[in-house]
Amino acid sequence: MPSQLSRIVITGVGLTAPNGNNLSEFRQALLQNKSGIKHKDIRHMGKVAAGFCNFDETKHQSRKARRRGTRVGATSIYCANESLLDSNIELSMVDKSKIGIYLGITEHGNVETENEVHLLYQNDLNTSFWSHHHNPRTVSNNPAGEVSLNLKITGPAYTIGAACAAGNMGLIHACQMLRLHEVDIALAGGVSESTETFGIFAAFGAQGALGEHSNPELATRPLDIDRSGIVVSEGGAIFTLERLEDALKRNAKIYGEIIGYHVNSDASDFVLPNSERQKQCINATLKKAHLEADDIDIVNLHATGTVQGDIQECQAVRETFNLNPGSNTHINFTKGLIGHAMGAAGALELAGNLPSFEDNFVHPTGYLNHIDEKCVLKNLVGKTKVQKEVDTILNNSFGMLGINSSLIVQKYRK
Amino acid sequence: MENTQVREAVMNIIADIALDEDVTQIKDDLALRDQLDLDSMDFLDIVMELKKRHKIEVPQEDYPKLATMESCVDYLGPKFH
Repeated sequence: MPSQLSRIVITGVGLTAPNGNNLSEFRQALLQNKSGIKHKDIRHMGKVAAGFCNFDETKHQSRKARRRGTRVGATSIYCANESLLDSNIELSMVDKSKIGIYLGITEHGNVETENEVHLLYQNDLNTSFWSHHHNPRTVSNNPAGEVSLNLKITGPAYTIGAACAAGNMGLIHACQMLRLHEVDIALAGGVSESTETFGIFAAFGAQGALGEHSNPELATRPLDIDRSGIVVSEGGAIFTLERLEDALKRNAKIYGEIIGYHVNSDASDFVLPNSERQKQCINATLKKAHLEADDIDIVNLHATGTVQGDIQECQAVRETFNLNPGSNTHINFTKGLIGHAMGAAGALELAGNLPSFEDNFVHPTGYLNHIDEKCVLKNLVGKTKVQKEVDTILNNSFGMLGINSSLIVQKYRK
Repeated sequence: MENTQVREAVMNIIADIALDEDVTQIKDDLALRDQLDLDSMDFLDIVMELKKRHKIEVPQEDYPKLATMESCVDYLGPKFH
């Protein structure tokens, strides 16, 4: 292993979000403050606000393979293929045993299990109707495994369970594996099919945390005093990551460099966030990146639209980034426009901000009308994009059972 | 049920499983696996669909009887009422 840590860069992006099926569409929608949240009937729930994606499931796989696999497998295959195409890596020219697939997931298997239980009750609880596809569809590595099968990649392919911090975790793990030279290329990010289950909606409803509104676009309004909770979304974002020297060798387009990250745990509650631990996570990330808070141009909040989640995170961010009255760090969030894409959230939200390095805008945040006074932050972006030169982005993603992750991406400099 | 109807019922199931293939070209006396991209999981799908759609149970020891379209019709014909 080399004594000096390799620099890790992003050289490809593939994504599907409720308001875009590639980085350009997604970015344009965010800059235009265009929501992807709609009402839809969900089994046992009736009409709920949610974020659904409409990518072409069979663009990169056969109809038969789609039938055998899962929704999140299809999402992963789409995003991974799009990411590789974007990176201009020709698979036939690289060692496929040195490609790693690392996908963050909030949860997996609920969709298939709910479907099977539904059928079971339609068949008088006769378990002989239970599908032989249940196990391969519900194993935790399913999304990554489907990508491996689709692209014939023989390197390590697995998922990383980290609740809603998972999107960042896929990238963090990929950085580590690239630096260890376990792999030469990583397809990493986060994916989610959560909108296919009624259980996640019912559970947030039971918790009093499900976002609802007659206008679905207003069902989640993070940081707004009139917010009502989380809007569940699906989606995926998979980045192609490489060591800088490899990317330079093939003259790759470099979207940005991952210069710092940190992960820690609250160790305090199943669902309630912990501002102090979040602050520690953010500060450890800054330290690893050798940056001060004022060096960060954009902080993308996790901001789910729950009262406690918003307040605790805003406190952590305020105490870190608002200490210097002259600070020019801008704060935005993405869930106001796409909802909470669970395992995909961190990765999608990073992707949504990544083009800032080129277009020099900070994207708006949805429908923030009356900010909760406990969420007031300096340079918080509202309904209109902000023009500024952007060199560094800090991306927060936090999850249940108290997992916190922060990641800093910097505009590539030689 | 007439053999042609049994064949059509089996064909409809296979068409829903071998989604990317032209099942109208199936030759009745050749093994299905030699003509179509079908593996063991697909055969389990055929068995499951026979159960769901037609309430026909195929015990494991009889799976070889689903090898060709011809053997499917011979075997399943008496089970369709």
